[in-house]
Amino acid sequence: MTEATPALEIRDLHKRYGELEVIKGISLTARDGDVISILGSSGSGKSTFLRCINLLESPHQGQIIVAGEELKLKPSADGNLIAADNKQINRLRSKIGFVFQNFNLWPHMTVLDNVMEAPRRVLGMSKAQAAEIAENLLAKVGIADKRHCYPNQLSGGQQQRAAIARTLAMQPKVILFDEPTSALDPEMVQEVLNVIRALAEEGRTMLLVTHELNFARQVSTEVVFLHQGRVEEQGTPEQVFNHPQSARCKQFLSSHH
Amino acid sequence: MQWDVIIQWLPKLFEGVGLTLQLVALSGVIGLILAIPLGVARASQHWYVRALPYGYIFLFRGTPLLVQLFLVYYGLAQFEAVRKGPLWPYLRDPFWCAVITMTLHTMAYIAEIVRGAIQAVPAGEIEAARALGMSKWQTMLFITLPRAARIGLPAYSNEVILMLKASALASTITLLDLTGMARTIIARTYLPVEIFFAAGMLYLLISYGLVLCFKLLEKWLRVDTGQLGR
Repeated sequence: MTEATPALEIRDLHKRYGELEVIKGISLTARDGDVISILGSSGSGKSTFLRCINLLESPHQGQIIVAGEELKLKPSADGNLIAADNKQINRLRSKIGFVFQNFNLWPHMTVLDNVMEAPRRVLGMSKAQAAEIAENLLAKVGIADKRHCYPNQLSGGQQQRAAIARTLAMQPKVILFDEPTSALDPEMVQEVLNVIRALAEEGRTMLLVTHELNFARQVSTEVVFLHQGRVEEQGTPEQVFNHPQSARCKQFLSSHH
Repeated sequence: MQWDVIIQWLPKLFEGVGLTLQLVALSGVIGLILAIPLGVARASQHWYVRALPYGYIFLFRGTPLLVQLFLVYYGLAQFEAVRKGPLWPYLRDPFWCAVITMTLHTMAYIAEIVRGAIQAVPAGEIEAARALGMSKWQTMLFITLPRAARIGLPAYSNEVILMLKASALASTITLLDLTGMARTIIARTYLPVEIFFAAGMLYLLISYGLVLCFKLLEKWLRVDTGQLGR
């Protein structure tokens, strides 16, 4: 298995807002089954990095390779890199799940329709087939009874679980979690973390930007600590949490306990 | 107040109501259908796509409906090309002149409503669609427009009611809509208070009916759901 193609590989990613460079060359490789937690104080570029991976933000430089297929990029008028091939980016995005901090469910559709929409439109599934998959996934995240509810009738934790089910419905190769519990009331954090933990135990490949350090320590195979747009510390949870090398990482960890 | 006169002329006034409803329904529906692509183009990020709808909206929103109506009804007939053209059977008919002008006019307003509604769809909901692999057009068709419809519906219902009242202008080009009919009856009876009072009441009833219909539609489309939750 030494030469297996990584599920996701990012090489030397840079991102600028005007003159301000917020990501200064980050490389990361996720092999199948890896759960990589990305930590860092706010402003360290961790969310921006995650959003660059599926081009929700345009990087300025770098390579993104999904299961051996390199994303074709071309420079736009303002110097950012944008997708060179719209079909390719749409196809790759369908393989990269993304879970947002604010859920971003579509409020005019029921929970079930939210989950069914992309498999029907993107994968061309029949309504019945998409419904079956969606029902199973909603049961899996524990909100099967809410399938005919609208998002605004759900608690935050339930909404985030519905959003995770929506992402899973596309059978993604990699799932990116962008602070999935940061918008939740404290009592709802655990129910969402439990779902993510179950996914980790299934052996799914995931990148997780989070402030839940204990959780990151438990589920991760690798932890990356970002500071000012660079990888400051990287290693197994044991290494990063118990024996951090960088002073900034030590300081970050001590201030979060 | 001579109530018996009102009752006597009520059937004629209802004829006028029929024409008024036709004008409003045709311009409201056709205007909406045409305004959707116009509004989508108006919301484009590319200036060259935006430019044409912007010009159109600027022109039709910036001039009075009455002037537009006169230009179409009296103006077009001056051009031989129009008189000889295939559309002349329609353009010589005041009814179609009114429908065309009202449609072109309300379309400009509805396009602005569509644009505003599209731009009011939260960016995160569009990102969610794109992140799942939906193309720009799929996102527009299946997510943005259905969502924008709910955001824009209250403003659209307002526009339809404005057009109901604006349709009274059709009486200036010989049409016997509710206002035109009222004026014709007054010319015979010399009872402007009674007849205009009755016409006003009928307008009020139509408005009320429209408000009710849109209320039901809003309920059915669950317009209120988008505002809550976060």
